[in-house]
Amino acid sequence: MANQTALHGKHLEAGAKMVDFFGWDMPINYGSQIEEHHAVRRDAGMFDVSHMTIVDLKGADTRAFLRYLLANDVAKLTVPGKALYSGMLNEAGGVIDDLIVYFLQEDFFRLVVNSATREKDLAHITKEAGAFGVSVTERPEFAMIAVQGPNAKTKVATLLTAEQQAAVAGMKPFFGVQAGELFIATTGYTGEDGYEIALPNEQAADFWQKLLDAGVAPAGLGARDTLRLEAGMNLYGQDMDESVSPLAANMGWTIAWAPEERNFIGRKALEQHKAEGTFKLVGLVMEAKGVLRHGQRVVVEGGEGEITSGTFSPTLGYSIAMARVPATVGEVAEVDIRGKMVPVKVVKPAFVRMSKKVI
Amino acid sequence: MSSIPNTLKYASSHEWARDEGNGIYTVGITEHAQGLLGDMVFVELPDVGDAVTQGDDCAVAESVKAASDIYAPLSGEIVEVNEALADAPELVNSSPYEDGWMFKIKVSDTSELSALLDAAGYKNSIDE
Repeated sequence: MANQTALHGKHLEAGAKMVDFFGWDMPINYGSQIEEHHAVRRDAGMFDVSHMTIVDLKGADTRAFLRYLLANDVAKLTVPGKALYSGMLNEAGGVIDDLIVYFLQEDFFRLVVNSATREKDLAHITKEAGAFGVSVTERPEFAMIAVQGPNAKTKVATLLTAEQQAAVAGMKPFFGVQAGELFIATTGYTGEDGYEIALPNEQAADFWQKLLDAGVAPAGLGARDTLRLEAGMNLYGQDMDESVSPLAANMGWTIAWAPEERNFIGRKALEQHKAEGTFKLVGLVMEAKGVLRHGQRVVVEGGEGEITSGTFSPTLGYSIAMARVPATVGEVAEVDIRGKMVPVKVVKPAFVRMSKKVI
Repeated sequence: MSSIPNTLKYASSHEWARDEGNGIYTVGITEHAQGLLGDMVFVELPDVGDAVTQGDDCAVAESVKAASDIYAPLSGEIVEVNEALADAPELVNSSPYEDGWMFKIKVSDTSELSALLDAAGYKNSIDE
């Protein structure tokens, strides 16, 4: 029996096409994935992301623990509420998961990790937390709704109390705040403005209905995937995993090398990867007809790689992809599409941000 | 419930064929199939004049989700393709049995029709 989120009934009510997503029965679309995609780029859409795992870390040495656990450095989090994206690496420098960490209080940080990696993440975090006396508590009693799009914040505001509106007023990107029953964060996975809101399971369906009434369009995992790919955001398990160095997954910017004396899990291996050189993750654009897909072979200057994520971009009207290729890659490449070598352009792996083409 | 018109013949690989007279059959994919594939973004059609063989792949439907081969339900020669799909592949989703047709075959051997399913047979095949 698949897990169901607190919003499962709302999805069925809306006629969603449900699929199994790593043990969760989740909506892939509510009719048209492309229309849902456009709703997020042009107005406001919402995703049930309650399957994601919220983990609270508490203890006096939580910050020291996270500085050891994560490749990015939570020393950067100086203002309560501030969030950081980071890889959590193994000793070999492979990516166990990518996550967001929120600094709430000096002895209280919150992680949001992927659902597909929940068990191994919890096992790893719990094992490493012991030495720091940090408690690890999963929060399955929370549902989570991502409301994204240029009009997302305005529409959410109509549901908030005056106190909650004041709490989120002027909140910069990558912050989270507990406002009454809602934990509201300016994070997302679409490249648009918006919030990710955690709230008690028993209030989730009612909140979802109010968002529907405010004109927010429900969007499924299908649109979530095309939106994140247009935004150039990695999908764990597809664009990177434990066998891949973050340096080969466009995550170099998330590694805090300084200060040199900070020891974090995977640091030694990463230094070696850096010295030896790695493949790199690039963006591909194909304006000719056809669709780039995961697993297709990519021939570049100096060698071969493969597409890690590919799709048709509803915003651009042609196909885009992320591919891991030798670092010798030039400005063009060829992709093997069912035996035919098709020329593509090589770009930075980000295609659309804030509703605007960025390539 | 997806619609399965009684007037058409079906392949278990989800193509339909409609008798237009004079040995010409129009081919598309079923409403059930378009639902499985999701939003269509590109349809690669055969060329007019191509010879096709029953059961062979002769077109590709690319949806946001996946690329899917389309098989010729009957052998013969391609006499027309639906040019409208070049600019409006979504017709396959919105009108799978009418505006979203894919190609027309001048059938060489009508006895092959016996290998196709009727509406009830196709319905059974997708209920499995």
